[in-house]
Amino acid sequence: MTQPVNTKETTTDLYRRQFLGKTAAAAGFALAPGMLLTEIAHAKPADEAVSDKNRWGLLINTNKCGSGCTACVTACQTENGWGELNHSEEHSRASQKAVWIRKVKLKDKQTGHVQSLPLMCQHCEHPPCVDVCPTGASFKRKDGIVLVDKHICIGCRYCMMACPYKARSFIHEALQNQKVHSPRGKGTVESCTMCVHRVDNDGTPACVEACNAEGHQAMYFGDLKDSNSAISKELAKNGGQQIRADLDLNTGVRYQGL
Amino acid sequence: MLSRKTIISTLAGVFVLLPMIAQASDLLPTVPKAKAKANPETLCIRDVKVMRKNHMNFIMHKRDETMRKGIRTKKDSLAECISCHISKDKSGNYASFGDDKHFCSSCHNHVAVKIDCFDCHNDKPTAASKTGSTLK
Amino acid sequence: MKKNIPFLAIEGRSSSYYSLLALLGAFILASLGAFYYMEHHGHYVTGMSNQIVWGIPHVFAVFLIVAASGILNVASISSAFNKKAYKPLARLSALAAIALLAGGLMILVLDLGRPERLVIAMTYYNLKSIFAWNMLLYNGFFAIVIIYLWTMMQRNLGKYTRIAGTAAFLWRLALTTGTGSIFGFIVARQGYDAAIMAPMFVIMSFSFGLAIYILILMASYNWTDRPLGDAIFNRLKNLLGVFVAAVLYFVTVYHLTNLYEAQHHDFEMFILKDGGIYTQLFWVGQIIIGGIIPLIIFYTPSLAKSRGLVGFGALLVIIGGLIQVYGIIIGGQAFPMTIFPGKEVIETTFADGAIATYIPTLAETLLGLGGFAVALFLIAFCVKIMDFLPASLADKDVDPHYKAS
Repeated sequence: MTQPVNTKETTTDLYRRQFLGKTAAAAGFALAPGMLLTEIAHAKPADEAVSDKNRWGLLINTNKCGSGCTACVTACQTENGWGELNHSEEHSRASQKAVWIRKVKLKDKQTGHVQSLPLMCQHCEHPPCVDVCPTGASFKRKDGIVLVDKHICIGCRYCMMACPYKARSFIHEALQNQKVHSPRGKGTVESCTMCVHRVDNDGTPACVEACNAEGHQAMYFGDLKDSNSAISKELAKNGGQQIRADLDLNTGVRYQGL
Repeated sequence: MLSRKTIISTLAGVFVLLPMIAQASDLLPTVPKAKAKANPETLCIRDVKVMRKNHMNFIMHKRDETMRKGIRTKKDSLAECISCHISKDKSGNYASFGDDKHFCSSCHNHVAVKIDCFDCHNDKPTAASKTGSTLK
Repeated sequence: MKKNIPFLAIEGRSSSYYSLLALLGAFILASLGAFYYMEHHGHYVTGMSNQIVWGIPHVFAVFLIVAASGILNVASISSAFNKKAYKPLARLSALAAIALLAGGLMILVLDLGRPERLVIAMTYYNLKSIFAWNMLLYNGFFAIVIIYLWTMMQRNLGKYTRIAGTAAFLWRLALTTGTGSIFGFIVARQGYDAAIMAPMFVIMSFSFGLAIYILILMASYNWTDRPLGDAIFNRLKNLLGVFVAAVLYFVTVYHLTNLYEAQHHDFEMFILKDGGIYTQLFWVGQIIIGGIIPLIIFYTPSLAKSRGLVGFGALLVIIGGLIQVYGIIIGGQAFPMTIFPGKEVIETTFADGAIATYIPTLAETLLGLGGFAVALFLIAFCVKIMDFLPASLADKDVDPHYKAS
């Protein structure tokens, strides 16, 4: 963090792009042609805007999701600085504290089948929160990630009324010590960002990483528009449902065994 | 949200008055030095005069580029401003926003221009996220 | 052809007039204090939460906004529908519409998480948002009603009154439709997802607005010793009766529709039978206090003779209306929305599947009452500085042919 600021990004990135292109091309010869496509699709130069060539999504296999395991929740709290771990929101009542991701245990009313799953922002293609936001603070990036632009959020909370998943939280008090990559503050609404700061750097959301580290392998992250990505292949093979599919929101988060 | 006009006119006023009160230097804010010279010629990432006058526009532009388009380059990133310009307070900890020792506050306190950046953003550098969150 | 009744500003020098202003001023100050307190600490000092995101301030705000468009009806009847008897009532009606809307919007703005950013909401509109539409509708309402008032109050502009009045009438219909749609378009929540919300809000506005109008008229004529005859008073009272009955009809249709749709059964059981406080508020507050008792008062000749009782009936309509809006806003949120149809949530950290509790705090309630105070203060102040009130509403001045029944 103490390194001098680089003012010659354009050149650096040009080099970087050429380098990546060459490596990817080399890899393309050495490995399968599919790899080449994936690599190029993923490696977005830092100064390039996100595009609708990608649509980031999550797939959650509820059969693999550990009942009682909260690794994804803890990882999200650590990564984004909300919840008990961070000693923020100390004045707020339990019902007022932010929840970006939560574990829910369900029982089928007919069969009695019990399952456990994480629930967070579903990153809809047609997000009701974006439709209702008067200022355009609630928005969807071209690559499908739904975010709150807290710079222009006026805290009207209409998006919270409209969200079918109760995925959003309002911040009821002043906060300190936010994570640098995850700003959050009083009077605005927030929710899961799909770890957009990681995604923009070819990373994986913290929850997915934690689930894998835990050995459950219940969560996939990837590009839904890339038919060669692991998530697309798994969806093509074994399918995946949306929560409240009746609302036709085309969610970016899908579940298996729902 | 501050109107750009207010900020510019306030700052412009300060700069116009500068030569007149140059003698009374104790009236001027002490702006903490940056940790490193981002560019040996311009000192900051741009000429200091340009930065003093226009930093809010650069930051605002960068804000929308990052927020809306996912462009996470270092230049004009608030986190980079903070990590280079942060200074310690009397007790040796990083100065908080509001403290005259904090880079942003040193001037903003002086000209009484309120900003809401640090309602949400951290006013100090913190350890980066383990994976993928470092800026390119 | 009888002579037009002159309009005359009230004298407004009595100690009781100043006491009224002082009392309303105290309420306004209290609400500003409450706003500062909530804003300084953040919303954690309120009863609101991530489950009940809109609390009692929104109940007052929505009630006032709905009533604002409804109270303009009296003027509309005179201008758009050309009923002579209502002409003297039009100016006060338009004034009250502006005042009530201002009061309602003040609450709404002061309850925002970041009220200082209101300028964003005023300069950028996401045109897909019903909220953004409403902001345009509110701003337009102010403009149109002010022009309408102008055509009424400046002598040589009288010929435009009908056009302005009709425009205002159409605008107010759009405005209340917009307010109702804020809720009606929320597909996710079982209590809101109904297109009937919009027309129901329109008819609610007729009823709430007229009830407030009657009380303002009674108070101002009583306190200024101006005559208020039965001709006009009974007309208004009977009209209010019709509106109250119409609201009951719409509420019945709304709940019947919901009862017909299996996916809304749980919500209906919640409101009508098992919802505890919300069930009580519905039956006792909304239906009996806000509907049946006023109807009995208005339509029982022996009771309707008493001005005091009719005024009390109008007050009950207002109280019942507030309870109705409370039921819609708070009850609709307290009922757990179905996220997983066909499944029961047995464990969660975010109260899924559980009925949310909400206890309004003093600060929120004061903020809400402050909206009323602002509206009434504006009216009390304006009737003193300009000629809003007819000098007399005695039967002989309003309708020389009127015969007491």
